[in-house]
Amino acid sequence: MTPRDIACNELVELLTEFLEGTLPPDEVVAIEEHLRGCDGCRTYLDQLRTTIELLGSATVDTLSEQAYEELLAAFGRDAGPDPQP
Amino acid sequence: MSTATGSVTHDAGPAEVYCARVLVEDADLVARLRTGDQAAFATIVRGWSPAMLRVARAHVRTDATAEEIVQEAWMGVLRALPGFEGRAMLRTWVFRILVNVARRRGRLEARTYVELEGPTVDPDRFRGEDDPYPGHWRDDAAPTAWEPESALLAAEFRGVLGRALAQLPERQRAVVELRDVHGLEPTEVCELLELTLGNQRVLLHRGRARLREALAEAMP
Repeated sequence: MTPRDIACNELVELLTEFLEGTLPPDEVVAIEEHLRGCDGCRTYLDQLRTTIELLGSATVDTLSEQAYEELLAAFGRDAGPDPQP
Repeated sequence: MSTATGSVTHDAGPAEVYCARVLVEDADLVARLRTGDQAAFATIVRGWSPAMLRVARAHVRTDATAEEIVQEAWMGVLRALPGFEGRAMLRTWVFRILVNVARRRGRLEARTYVELEGPTVDPDRFRGEDDPYPGHWRDDAAPTAWEPESALLAAEFRGVLGRALAQLPERQRAVVELRDVHGLEPTEVCELLELTLGNQRVLLHRGRARLREALAEAMP
């Protein structure tokens, strides 16, 4: 069976599902077939993968230092049978 | 002051951390916490709070309230730790306490739909219906290859990514950070944010596509 024809503007919307492995097998074949013949979509997919990889070391918000210190102090008071034997 | 929550004020915005994947807990973590090992507590508070902050922020409107929720959740963890029976993973248990606090303080807004609609790539970049190849990239608008990845790791692009992440709609941001920054499983993200697997994937896709676009715009 020949895989169905996917246009680029449809393919770009399927790429997260493609990467997650949640598409039906015939859709995966159709996407792979399209990617083989399409520089633009291959580049787009590469860039999406790169973006995901960069996110793995992204800088994100966290608690203030003051909040951390208060929590650690509370742990020293509350936790453990006898924190300072 | 008897607790870390409620009466805290912060003049600056949230602090930032260069965040590793949410750490995997080792078997004796609970035992160490119970014997009062402060280093063990510091490790999980620092490791898990950024992801907890994102979950909290999806329930309430301000960063300050989200931070209070995370602090309150940790205080709840300290109180309940002696009774923790270890049936669930510690992290699952901690995040469940967090979600309970977050639900009491706010609610997930029913505004997801605005974050789910429309194409993620500008339709003008594709050929029209009258073209022999409708929906395919226009020659002058197809993506062009980026610099090698090593160049992308430079501080400049890290900054671009961080700013673009902060500008995503709240739920997209939460899903992208929990999945791609902290490495949580899709089912865990769905539970924390009350999403279907399908909507979780759509939010993830839209967020990733927007971040790819932000990096592409920053390319020389």
